[in-house]
Amino acid sequence: MSNIKNTLSPAELARYSRHIIIPEFGREGQEKLKNAKVLVIGSGGLGSPLLLYLAAAGVGTLGIVDFDVIDDSNLQRQVLFTVDEVGKSKAQTAKKRIQALNPYINVVVHETRFTKENALELVEQYDLVADGTDNFPTRYLVNDACVLAGKTNVYASIYRFEGQVSVFNYENEDGTRGPNYRDLFPTPPPPGLVPSCSEGGVLGVLPGIIGSMQASEVIKALTGVGEPLAGRLFLFDAASFSTRVLKVAKNPETKITELINYEQFCGIFPDAEEDAVKEITVQELDSLRNLKEDFQLIDVREPYEYDIANLGGELIPLGEVLRNTAKISKDKKVIVHCRSGKRSADAIRDLETLHGYTNLYNLKGGILAHAKEIDTTMPTY
Amino acid sequence: MAQIIIPTPLRKFTNNESTFTTKGATVKEAIADLTTTHNGLAKHILDDQNNIRTFIRIYVGDDDINTLEKDATAISDSTVVSIIPAIAGGC
Repeated sequence: MSNIKNTLSPAELARYSRHIIIPEFGREGQEKLKNAKVLVIGSGGLGSPLLLYLAAAGVGTLGIVDFDVIDDSNLQRQVLFTVDEVGKSKAQTAKKRIQALNPYINVVVHETRFTKENALELVEQYDLVADGTDNFPTRYLVNDACVLAGKTNVYASIYRFEGQVSVFNYENEDGTRGPNYRDLFPTPPPPGLVPSCSEGGVLGVLPGIIGSMQASEVIKALTGVGEPLAGRLFLFDAASFSTRVLKVAKNPETKITELINYEQFCGIFPDAEEDAVKEITVQELDSLRNLKEDFQLIDVREPYEYDIANLGGELIPLGEVLRNTAKISKDKKVIVHCRSGKRSADAIRDLETLHGYTNLYNLKGGILAHAKEIDTTMPTY
Repeated sequence: MAQIIIPTPLRKFTNNESTFTTKGATVKEAIADLTTTHNGLAKHILDDQNNIRTFIRIYVGDDDINTLEKDATAISDSTVVSIIPAIAGGC
């Protein structure tokens, strides 16, 4: 933190009185918050409660990293934003909102992607980082940048009904650092196994719950109040309302010496580098249907996606494809589709590799392409 | 019998079941039991050498098996085995 200590004005003392009268917190805790600089990466689901509560609590400087604009589909959970703001910059809109909530704080907008090129420069300007990003490459980048810059990384992530929270790279009293994200997960899952919120969905209130816990850990780490969630992983399942706290140990094999190519690390390559599968366009599919050609159409999405919109294909969700090969013809053209073409390509690769299929075609762009180019009345999601 | 908690991202391979009961006496036996019953899970939990993949953590109670006896860690009827996957959502 900065060596120049700002003290609280009478108006701030009044504003933060509910903090200051907590014996463990006191004026000292509030002044630590005022003098702290926190970088919040992502101002979406987790970023919304994080920024609102950190601003309300009086964290003196809040940095916001986000390059995105507000979309209709964000409003189900990103409570920083309103209908009137759709299409506007998330970072700028977030700044306006939290600055109105608390004029005593300084809000810095970094309207950019968080990349290998700017990560260290950004992180080094702050005392602590709160990770509210939404993909594995950035998760590992945030972690590694925090380890290299010697910053605490208050981590949270969400998926459907489940949330995880931990405090990584926390500085212990003896100056050593606690476990980081790579100690817990040395490598990321292969692309597609754990879908993002946009592919897999998330309960709208979940980021509110988990992001608020993340904000609480940020405040604890900055003030030294309480026991931080370092060396532990908190798990929450809203569906069953179950919580667990698991131990996280340092892994002696974890070595972070430089920032790397995180897309490559997470197995994300340009399409050309993946094993190619045969493709068919939505126009070609439409033509086959109009000509009443004999072919089989397989939909590898989940039943709840099928209910939103479908092309009348046989529903065999990706996880059940290999158990249902008896239903998939080897004698005629079989067109496989999903939402965007990724899962269907995975299904085709598995069927070709493990079961010798040679008659499978991936619907390029999936049902989204059909909705965009053939039937514009079809709902998209 | 010990109980294995299946995380949401892997439930598509277990007919959406969130728990699995096993007679396995060790983590290795329990995972083998699970992946034999739900064979679509195997490649997501185990690598080609039958080792647990590094993007999955297995906990017995609240301890990572890597701090115990790894997949030789003994389990009993009252043991809860958790499969913890990395998730990245935040949006």
